[in-house]
Amino acid sequence: MSTLASIQRLPRAAHTGRVTQWRVVRSEWTKLHSLRSTRWSLLAGVLLTIAFPVLFSHWGSMSAHERADRHPLDIALAGVNVSQLAIAVLGVLVITGEYSTGMIRASFTAVPKRLPVLWAKTAVFGVVSLLLMLPPVLIAFFASQAILSRHHLLQISFSHPGVARSVIGGAIYLLLVGVFALGIGAIVRNTAGGIATFAAIFFVIPPLLNILPTSWNDAISRYLPSEAGRQIFSLTHGAHSLAPLPGGLLFLGYCALTLAIAAVSLTRRDT
Amino acid sequence: MLEARSVHTGRSAYNHLLALARTHGIPRARVEELIDLVGLREVAKKRAGKFSLGMGQRLGIAAALLGDPSTVMLDEPVNGLDPEGIHWMRSLLKGLAAEGRTVFVSSHLMSEMSLTADHLIVIGRGKKIADTSTSEFLSAASGNVVRVRSPQAAELQRLLVAPGVDVEALEPGYVEVRGLTAVQIGDVAAANGFALHELTPQQASLEEAFMDLTREDIEFRAAELEPEEAMA
Repeated sequence: MSTLASIQRLPRAAHTGRVTQWRVVRSEWTKLHSLRSTRWSLLAGVLLTIAFPVLFSHWGSMSAHERADRHPLDIALAGVNVSQLAIAVLGVLVITGEYSTGMIRASFTAVPKRLPVLWAKTAVFGVVSLLLMLPPVLIAFFASQAILSRHHLLQISFSHPGVARSVIGGAIYLLLVGVFALGIGAIVRNTAGGIATFAAIFFVIPPLLNILPTSWNDAISRYLPSEAGRQIFSLTHGAHSLAPLPGGLLFLGYCALTLAIAAVSLTRRDT
Repeated sequence: MLEARSVHTGRSAYNHLLALARTHGIPRARVEELIDLVGLREVAKKRAGKFSLGMGQRLGIAAALLGDPSTVMLDEPVNGLDPEGIHWMRSLLKGLAAEGRTVFVSSHLMSEMSLTADHLIVIGRGKKIADTSTSEFLSAASGNVVRVRSPQAAELQRLLVAPGVDVEALEPGYVEVRGLTAVQIGDVAAANGFALHELTPQQASLEEAFMDLTREDIEFRAAELEPEEAMA
């Protein structure tokens, strides 16, 4: 046939292979760094973590009484409370962005078993957020302490018991927040719904518990994901809070639980 | 490729293909090859969300061909393509088949299918209605219709009419004969010394053949379509 003369031939692939977990991890890494939303969210997380402590430590005009109420470590890690929102939003987006655009169908066509995609997303996003948030919490600590010392305010040394754990704990907390949000995103499969669910669990339910009788509130609040997780980067612990290790492990348990629910729904539901 | 719009709108075509390639350990060079093959080189680094329907189709095809598959399944591949794109798609599909691959295409575009498909499977209401080669499908549906143009068309009509033969005058000097072959009609005309200006066996278009075949099938009667099906 004469029309066949103009046909482009499909070059033969030199190499085709099977799907492995490691290959899916590499694919997810490509996906993560090739989106603008990732870069902006992570940049926001880094900047917020550093900016707030640096800003707060400049308030040198506080009275001695006020100073006594403010712990230098709380100032150093104030940014973590803000940047957790950026990390959580990105955690939700990592998975819901695929549902909203239809990319998820391509992802699951390439990896029909589906679960390797969830594990790879969790691993890649977890490692990236830990590696990226560790320097900012350290910078935030040392920068804020340097500024506080200029104002002759109370400072705290990195070698003080519990300080190193709290500062590094700030980055670990952010990693777990991101993973928790990713799990919620995978369950809800909708960006707005995922972010709203995360905000409800972290920012709405805790103050609501304050209207419960105090004894109930004291008994329940410490087991909330946000309260348990917070202990990882808190130096001091109230009578009704968990210690850092049990708190951190409980938060890790919540992350595992959301991922488990996400895994079940991922394999059962249609895309 | 079942749906072209399975692409993250914020990611470039190149990174989209690379992410899919990585799941199977397919190297970058293969991604480059396919970007050239589907003609997306100039926009490979642009965000896929800005792509036209046709560019989206090309990206979907590239994704489907990454793994050098021996069977390719495409759903409405020419949807949204411009004439040049349709021609390209047609030659690509034929090329894939010529290389010994099996190419499945689902489509409602009958004229396009009659140009590309070697074999047809017609499905209506979830049941297989036909499974045959395109040429057989067409000849079975045409039913021996021959158009004849002749100054002596009226005389010819009188001679041809017989049991099982139906002659219909379309206009003065132009008739449509059912039930005889062109050879038989030509012989009759020659034996009687009639001049023939046209003697054309009519082949039904794939669309007509398809309509004939599915006429019995309630789903395809427009009057009885459910509103939502009529929309689709």
